[in-house]
Amino acid sequence: MVDAVLFEFLHTEMVAELWAHEADPDPGPGEQKMNLLVLESMGFRVGQALGERLPRETLALREELDVLKFLCKDLWVAVFQKQMDSLRTNHQGTYVLQDSSFPLLVRMASGLQYVEEAPKFLAFTCGLLRGTLSTLGIKSLVTASVAALPACRFQVVVQRS
Amino acid sequence: MSRPAHRRPEYHKINKDLFVLTYGALVAQLCKDYEKDEDVNKYLDKMGHGIGTRLVEDFLARSCVRRCHSYSEIIDIIAQVAFKMYLGITPSVACNNSSRNEFSLILDKNPLVEFVEELPAGRTSLCYCNLLCGIIRGALEMVHLDADVAFLQDRLKGDSVTEIGITFLKKPDEKKYRRKK
Repeated sequence: MVDAVLFEFLHTEMVAELWAHEADPDPGPGEQKMNLLVLESMGFRVGQALGERLPRETLALREELDVLKFLCKDLWVAVFQKQMDSLRTNHQGTYVLQDSSFPLLVRMASGLQYVEEAPKFLAFTCGLLRGTLSTLGIKSLVTASVAALPACRFQVVVQRS
Repeated sequence: MSRPAHRRPEYHKINKDLFVLTYGALVAQLCKDYEKDEDVNKYLDKMGHGIGTRLVEDFLARSCVRRCHSYSEIIDIIAQVAFKMYLGITPSVACNNSSRNEFSLILDKNPLVEFVEELPAGRTSLCYCNLLCGIIRGALEMVHLDADVAFLQDRLKGDSVTEIGITFLKKPDEKKYRRKK
């Protein structure tokens, strides 16, 4: 049984390394974006693969809202050992998922001190959500924002063709 | 009343798969970034080292290991306690030399390669699990032990077993008994 803490350590190291990778003391906004994209796309791959391993009844969920509820409860518990704290929607394809104590941010100081660094720690998870949704048949854009650590908010905008 | 969500067997599986899948995505990304296998291996080792220096704290906090008085005791703890705690496996241990500073961990099962059938094309020198070597090396460093850690054999490369070699390096002022911090 692989210990849950290993993922957290690996994730932290990935964030640290992908940033040091550029070795540019002052990366321009373009380069920062590239690293965020790399993390996000890795998360996407993992989310897709996780989606394929979900119990069968999940794959049969037809209602979009049910899928999002599943993400907030079951997937979040499976991945982060806790449920998402709240889910809001405008019933027109936009969902806001709020976690008041996101585990990947908890080890950082709480409050406003590292708010600027927070996006690096959220990119992978955004991709993870996007990937899992993709396997469940929903194409989306997922972004995250932090007001004060360790609370954060994921925004899912469903892309309808 | 149904069992709490996180105890359901399928979610246990997702949690275990999360690390293994993430690791796979990382290796795939590194293979994109680096052409040479040695560079990927080095990078994995470096990342593992960073993880190991922090993981050892988690390990010491959660296990009740006693102070070790020999290298072979330390290796036993790595194999029987640490590997068991973090990866759910118990590699067997062999001592490779009479001065008792060279050891091998032989991995019968390896969760990291659960979804890997073979190395990617053109990547014959890739040490897929090199993160593990870095982790062991980083963790030992934090308890003031220098060691070389590397894969001696790898099933993914066609060897019959997967074997990690750990060689403790003697420092000039090494004491016979080491205190674990």
